Amino acid sequence: MREALARAEAAEGLGAFITLVPEALEKARTLDVRRAAGETLGPLAGVPVAVKDNLCTAGVLTTAGSKSLTGFVPPYSATVVERLEAAGAIVIGKTNLDEFGMGSSNENSAFGPARNPHNPDFVPGGSSGGSAAAVAAGITPLALGTDTGGSVRQPASFTGVLGFKPTYGALSRYGVIAFASSLEQVGVLARSTRDLELALSVMFGHDPHDATSLASPPDLTGAHGDLTGVRVGKVRELCGDGNSEGVLGALARTEATLKALGATVGEVSLPHAPYGTAAYYLVAPAEASSNLARFDGMVYSYRSGEDRLGQAEVMRRSRGESFGPEVRRRILTGTYALSAGYYDAYYGKALKVRRLIAGDMARAFTSYDLLLTPTAPTAAYRLSEKGDPLAVYMGDVDTVLANLAGVPAVSVPAGTAEEGLPCGMQFMAPALQDARLLRVAGALEAAAGKSFAPVAADFL
Amino acid sequence: MSEFEPVIGLEVHLALSTKSKMFCGCPAETFGSAPNTHTCPVCLGLPGSLPTINRAAFDKALMFALALGCSVPERTQFHRKNYFYPDAPKNYQISQYDHPVGEHGFIELGGRRVGVTRCHVEEDAGRSQHPLYAPYSLVDLNRAGAPLLEMVTEPDLRTPEEAREFLNKVRAIARALGVSDANPEEGKLRADVNVSVRRPGAPFGTKVEVKNLNSFRSVQRALEFEIKRQSRILADSGSVRQDTLGWDEGGQKTYLMRTKEGEADYRYFPDPDLPPVRIDAAWLERLRADTPELPDAKEARYVGLGVRADTAALLAYDTELSSFFDRTLKTSGGNAQAVANWLGGDVTGYLNANGLTLETSKLTPEHLARLVDLVERGTISGKVAKELLPDVIGGASPEALVRVRGLEQVTDASALGSVVDAVLAENPKLVDEAKANPKAVNALLGRVIKSTGGKAKPELVRELIVQKLG
Ligand SMILES: [Zn+2]
Repeated sequence: MREALARAEAAEGLGAFITLVPEALEKARTLDVRRAAGETLGPLAGVPVAVKDNLCTAGVLTTAGSKSLTGFVPPYSATVVERLEAAGAIVIGKTNLDEFGMGSSNENSAFGPARNPHNPDFVPGGSSGGSAAAVAAGITPLALGTDTGGSVRQPASFTGVLGFKPTYGALSRYGVIAFASSLEQVGVLARSTRDLELALSVMFGHDPHDATSLASPPDLTGAHGDLTGVRVGKVRELCGDGNSEGVLGALARTEATLKALGATVGEVSLPHAPYGTAAYYLVAPAEASSNLARFDGMVYSYRSGEDRLGQAEVMRRSRGESFGPEVRRRILTGTYALSAGYYDAYYGKALKVRRLIAGDMARAFTSYDLLLTPTAPTAAYRLSEKGDPLAVYMGDVDTVLANLAGVPAVSVPAGTAEEGLPCGMQFMAPALQDARLLRVAGALEAAAGKSFAPVAADFL
Repeated sequence: MSEFEPVIGLEVHLALSTKSKMFCGCPAETFGSAPNTHTCPVCLGLPGSLPTINRAAFDKALMFALALGCSVPERTQFHRKNYFYPDAPKNYQISQYDHPVGEHGFIELGGRRVGVTRCHVEEDAGRSQHPLYAPYSLVDLNRAGAPLLEMVTEPDLRTPEEAREFLNKVRAIARALGVSDANPEEGKLRADVNVSVRRPGAPFGTKVEVKNLNSFRSVQRALEFEIKRQSRILADSGSVRQDTLGWDEGGQKTYLMRTKEGEADYRYFPDPDLPPVRIDAAWLERLRADTPELPDAKEARYVGLGVRADTAALLAYDTELSSFFDRTLKTSGGNAQAVANWLGGDVTGYLNANGLTLETSKLTPEHLARLVDLVERGTISGKVAKELLPDVIGGASPEALVRVRGLEQVTDASALGSVVDAVLAENPKLVDEAKANPKAVNALLGRVIKSTGGKAKPELVRELIVQKLG
């Protein structure tokens, strides 16, 4: 524990954490005492974890990466955090993120960017950039993120670790500061499939505080075993020209490994996949425009201006001054998409595309057990390299599908691409078949051996 | 101005009487509590909190919709209504939009059906206070998230009195079903009105909405005011603007709150935190079985028992009275009309005069039944019974009172006969008068009753006197 905190402090330049929790040391000591007394401890006893700062932690500042919440200390913890802690895990810090999860590079944080531990001139991806950096740098073996359109998988790909987004409803959203409620799930970042499975198994389970929580969680008993006879479908629309040379090379290597492990690899079409990003960037901002309405300076969020200006003006200024440009852009987009006269053309159309994509997937899963795509079309890019938000949005083309369809997906390290930086491959499974993803990740991990998810030490 | 006919529709909000709020575990009943003492992360809208559906509130809303003959969908859904105001902590209200719990119902009023467009469930807002001269406002979020049922009617009402009667009926139904106290004084029933005027037979005119109506009386007054105002405008060949108005209780007039252009776009969309609710046949069956008798059915039943129509209606539309009446009938041997008369007349009169209700008084159905029976059987006179009523309402047993105070009427003809003989002997002058004029018998009658201490049954005494006078 001391080591994890020391490493976190040493890695300050990474910008992985917004807040560290020094009380973690005391908790670890208490656990040691209980262990010495012969008590049986939970399966994650003493394991340091990093938690994305849009997950509420009782008594610990929770900012969601926004100036709006610089003073928000929640009186409760997210259900997933409670369950990790009940299993013995110890939260050592709250990790950096794009403000409210809106971004793919971690550059949209009110607390400055997080950096890629494999090369600090590069972004770690986002929005769970800090969590990915913490795991890739070996600060914690596990970190929690949230994945609304790829926010766990894409940074996992950029930093060379595993990133898992479960079936929608498998993990409670209670205590997650909502960005786009119908799309997002809590996700896990780890360097080993075993850790990943352990974390998922202690957090899975119905939560009466979340009406969208599944009555019974995905069954993980099929998480182990070889890949003999497993049918993998490469998604035609996402495995071609749009990807970098390095990514295509990694895809070819993964394909070869899968075959060597006994899987069959075929090609499958998801005809509506190319419209996924457009649909995502309507549904997510629409929900966000409503979810973020509560940050109005009235009770707990940043407040600007004097009382005499009146409630409407205080709200207007508080929101204008505390939200970054990307958040403002998405609130505007979302408000527009829901407006009278535009709803059908935008939000309604996006919902239709969403149903079509889910239909495409259901058809694909009648012939394949798993679908394969790169996690992102490129490896990590340099900080400030992408100025155009649309260019950033297009990088989510592979990951948004699983969120739109509510199916589970994992990003598995697949060696390096351009500039020696890591890249990952994404597998998607039908809803509730999360175990299949652990199984393929485990098999690839075993095949890769020590080179699977190496700790990046350069940052120190 | 009577050349114009008003067209009226109502939007009624009923506070559902559940233990907890619509989407969290806080108590729903917070009337009279200190501000902001019944809140939690969910109803405060704190980041990360999520709503969960209160099934009991849903049951009540469904039961009400069914009682109004609404069609209930197989799938109902919550939407978010987005607007910025400090009494809505999330800056949106969880409400229903195109999949409400009920549609196309009606309420019978004076033998006519008033259409109910829809019933939907939603959460209440907090309460804003604007202290006079203070540079700030205050918000109490105790009420935020309390369960509400909103009912919208068709523009089927034609007079302010009718609107008021309709609200009385809504209240009676809500109370009979136990879905809401529907008490306007505590804000448990709130109504907005839509009103326009037109020449009879002409298409509907432009309507205005009037809000902030705190009592049924205000509803009636506001309607009367608006009908006059709009009729005057139309009579002067002007045109009515489609505005939202408020009701100024002090000035007894409407005032402009906002124009049509100032209306918000609420950007309704399905609440992604709450999956659609499936309503299956078994659920509806259970609700139908649990639905108590409605006022109209009660009224008909009472009339069938021989209760006069006006008394039957009086009892049937008051949940407390009708429940007490039914319980009294169960234990009474007397006729229903007698019990109804006592309950609707002297009992209610005494309670009202003394600031009591059936609930706060100690009157029991058994005691009332006994009191009525004593009169019916002739054991005591109606007059004695009335004298006993205050004590009976205070919790005393009428039979014990009669026994202890020796109030039984003397009904034994031989015992009375000697008293009558004595009185006739003592009053020869009165006897002569009575023989000449039958009306003068009353003077003798009074003396006989007096000498028995009021216990003699007057009819019997009269019979004896007439007999003895030959
Ligand atoms: Zn609450």
